[in-house]
Amino acid sequence: MMSKTRRRRIKAWLATKHREAFAPHVPGESFYRHRAPVRWTHWINALCIIFLVGSGLNIFNAHPHLYWGKYGAETEPTFFSLTDIETSKGTRGDTQIGPWHFDTTNVLGWSKVDGQYQERGWPDWITIPSFQDLSAARHWHFLFAWILVINGAVYLTYSLCSRHLARDIWPGWRDVKAIPRSILDHLRLKHPTGEAARRYNVLQKLAYLSVIILVFLMVLTGLTMSPGIDAAFPWLTGIFGGRQSARSIHFISAALIVLFVIIHVTEVVLAGPINEIRSMLSGFYRIPKGHK
Amino acid sequence: MADMKLLTRRAAIAAGFGGAGFLLAGADRLTLSPGFAHVFLAVEDWTMATQRGLLYPDKLAKEYSPSDISPVFRANGTLDPDTLEYAAHIRQGFANWRLRIDGLVNQPLALSVRELKMLPSRTQITRHDCVEGWSAIGMWAGVPLGLLLKAAGLKPGARYAVFHCADNLDGEPSKGGMQSPGQYYESIDLRDAFHPQTLMAYALNGKKLDVAHGAPLRLRVERQLGYKQAKYVDRIEITDRLSHIAGGRGGYWEDRGYEWYAGI
Repeated sequence: MMSKTRRRRIKAWLATKHREAFAPHVPGESFYRHRAPVRWTHWINALCIIFLVGSGLNIFNAHPHLYWGKYGAETEPTFFSLTDIETSKGTRGDTQIGPWHFDTTNVLGWSKVDGQYQERGWPDWITIPSFQDLSAARHWHFLFAWILVINGAVYLTYSLCSRHLARDIWPGWRDVKAIPRSILDHLRLKHPTGEAARRYNVLQKLAYLSVIILVFLMVLTGLTMSPGIDAAFPWLTGIFGGRQSARSIHFISAALIVLFVIIHVTEVVLAGPINEIRSMLSGFYRIPKGHK
Repeated sequence: MADMKLLTRRAAIAAGFGGAGFLLAGADRLTLSPGFAHVFLAVEDWTMATQRGLLYPDKLAKEYSPSDISPVFRANGTLDPDTLEYAAHIRQGFANWRLRIDGLVNQPLALSVRELKMLPSRTQITRHDCVEGWSAIGMWAGVPLGLLLKAAGLKPGARYAVFHCADNLDGEPSKGGMQSPGQYYESIDLRDAFHPQTLMAYALNGKKLDVAHGAPLRLRVERQLGYKQAKYVDRIEITDRLSHIAGGRGGYWEDRGYEWYAGI
């Protein structure tokens, strides 16, 4: 149990953070932080991720099991499963991760759709479309997969040619040395001010770099699941250890991207959502003054 | 002034969350709208064109080694056509089963399974990928379809091979609710029909095809998903178009929204 003083302290801290985040801005120095191609591709990418994750979970529901290796069809051992099981307490939702089982009734494996319980991996409020429909989910998935690939190609071409990747994202030696310091800053939720706010900090650089690599991995593992693409490029299944491994890596990478999005949005809210969101819309970022 | 700003900021954040909810509700609506279906169809054509380009002229599906074969090859869809006629065929060991090849051909054929087994055959160990996500590896043996089509001789205008099956499928809950029942059928174009790995298969893993896997004959069109691998085939109709058959989209699942070219 949390003590009363502790709870009060947390509440006070949250209030401060909230004030800091939403405090009216004192007109200050601002600079052009994000150029148009980065801004456009950012928002298109955000839309793609919403639709790809939502439709991907609907597709996953058609066969809510993951395997390693070249094949897997329920007769093989799964390392992740969302199913419904019969127990003495009736039907329950069961989430299996390796040797562990969790009762996830109402959310994973067994949840209500229109007031009726259904065998359903992911619940209706998180999938696209909300109702279970593999063919429709595949249509959404491939539509946004194409947009993601084209958008990603534009972003990468721009970022390589304009040296955005090399200058702003690729961590240098100085960044690497600053990792412990940056970890401490993040733990204290201290955001850079003044000159330091003109650059991404090292953890930010590493996070953005990882997400670029993850999206690339998503596309490759996605293609590896295609029997047509596998015939055109037979080495694809080889690099991931088989089609079912590729399917699992596709799912794990998606989970990591969702984790990135959660941290990313949290950081935006903590660092001052208006300034941050505005900078990704108009390009201009106000340099926060140091709080004394 | 400061208060005003505070309000707009809160409104902006609320709009962000509200927008996300709106987007998801909107996606449901668009999914069901006939107009938006054209967008999906355009994407499907684009995907097919890309795959066809990458597979040019006729790259082979990866073939595996015997040690890769799945211990259990999962059977899906119809597991037994369960009609009186089919039950009779099982009792007779499919001795009276005929594969008819007709439509736009010079010489319509009706071949028994025994006759098919006397023709040159091909054996291949390939991976079967279900649209749901699972995979199984098995060794198929059968007659290359191209051989049969050459024997029948195609008339000008022939574009598709349509596979008529003996099973009536009610659909599966896993593929998005119970589907309307219908006679199973599938179709491929001539480029896939003449691909060297496209077979009328009569054996799986060295044994006669069993009922669950489509006895006595099924299509193997490697490089495409499981629902294209029609089972219980008793007729191949060569046509110039698909619009006159059942729902007009070229297959049981295609008529229920799935892609005709199932390369992904």
